Amino acid sequence: MINVSKIKKGIVLDHISQGQGYKIFSQLKLDEIKDVVVLLRNIPSNKMGKKDLIKIETDIPLDLTVLGLIDPDITINIIENGERVDKIKLKLPQRVTGILKCKNPRCITQYEKVKDIDFILADPKKRTYRCEYCDSHTAL
Amino acid sequence: MNKTRHLIEPRDFTIEELDELFRLADNIIASPKEYLDVCKGKLLASLFFEPSTRTRFSFESAMLRLGGQVIGFDDPNASSTSKGETLADTIRTVGCYADIAVIRHPREGTAKLASKYSPHMPVINAGDGGHQHPTQTLTDLLTIRHYKKRFDNHVIAVCGDLKFGRTIHSLVKAMSRYENVKFIFISPDELKMPSYILDELHDTAYTQTDNLEMVIDQADILYMSRVQRERFVSEEEYERLKDYYVLDNVKLQNAKEDMIIMHPLPRVNEISAEVDDDPRAVYFEQARFGMYVRMALIMKLLELEV
Repeated sequence: MINVSKIKKGIVLDHISQGQGYKIFSQLKLDEIKDVVVLLRNIPSNKMGKKDLIKIETDIPLDLTVLGLIDPDITINIIENGERVDKIKLKLPQRVTGILKCKNPRCITQYEKVKDIDFILADPKKRTYRCEYCDSHTAL
Repeated sequence: MNKTRHLIEPRDFTIEELDELFRLADNIIASPKEYLDVCKGKLLASLFFEPSTRTRFSFESAMLRLGGQVIGFDDPNASSTSKGETLADTIRTVGCYADIAVIRHPREGTAKLASKYSPHMPVINAGDGGHQHPTQTLTDLLTIRHYKKRFDNHVIAVCGDLKFGRTIHSLVKAMSRYENVKFIFISPDELKMPSYILDELHDTAYTQTDNLEMVIDQADILYMSRVQRERFVSEEEYERLKDYYVLDNVKLQNAKEDMIIMHPLPRVNEISAEVDDDPRAVYFEQARFGMYVRMALIMKLLELEV
């Protein structure tokens, strides 16, 4: 068993579904930050059988909106001085900006460079979002 | 200074604002001479990235009848877009010349994107692909208001291409805001109403069928639409579906005496020419209402009064 020590200050993303860890790592662009980041995969878990986990030793605030889209069951633990000071349970965001890309081939955003496209939650069950430009529904 | 208003989709205006717009259109219809100079010195940019004679003429007639002037193009190859200019740059540049812009584009969402780059010049969506066509909706609403005297308590049958028919999408969204409106969607399976439009109807009642004859007796308003060749990838599929519905005098025998027949035009075969003489056929008058409501819209967005 690999042991990874506690972090002093930062974020621990726990209860990530097995296999989703790398996707989250990529979406949060953790390969671009200079701080210590650990991605643990296939950890034995009583609740989930196996899970993934990410520890980020940082004091830079991260935009974690995307996590709710990928896996709303993730737990976010905020760590200060080696102790957990906050535990955030995710839910699907009502609006996401600059994360999703419209999949409608007739949408103008496929042809023009459009920054920060807004998507509004359309169907929480299907986890689909409506493009602010063409209104078509899309998912991550 | 007030924030610049645009018209991108019908719901950009509240019901109260629409009423105000229609009252203005009524006044223009009643006394057109009073409005001859209201846009004197104003310039409308007519940006048609897709061919359209009817809508373009309607807007240009509207501006000219208000005493304003028009610049623009109706062939994208004649614009800087053909040189690779972005839409954002085109709009920013046009905003330096014109007071108001009308844009038609084959890509969905283009007018909304254009409005984001136009902080001072109102942008009017004159059709963005198969998505929205709000000024056709204003035309349709003014027509319904004229003939039916109210917007609530109607059964509205919409027939034809409900999948790509942007005029229908816009009309349905707009009419769903009124009390006790029921829709009957009539289309072949391949051209059914998209789910994102149905999702937005919320509490508004609707039924779906492929049989016009079976439901025509229920309708207060019958809105026919053309199957649009330009929206099809397969010519074979278009040929198979284009004459799926043809409204003729036989089918109209079961319709209500006070039903009105509407169509955004151009018509191909979906309404037989024999129907034109039926007093219920209002589709040519509908085009006239389109020009008047566009006159009212230009005045409203430019905040002009007589």
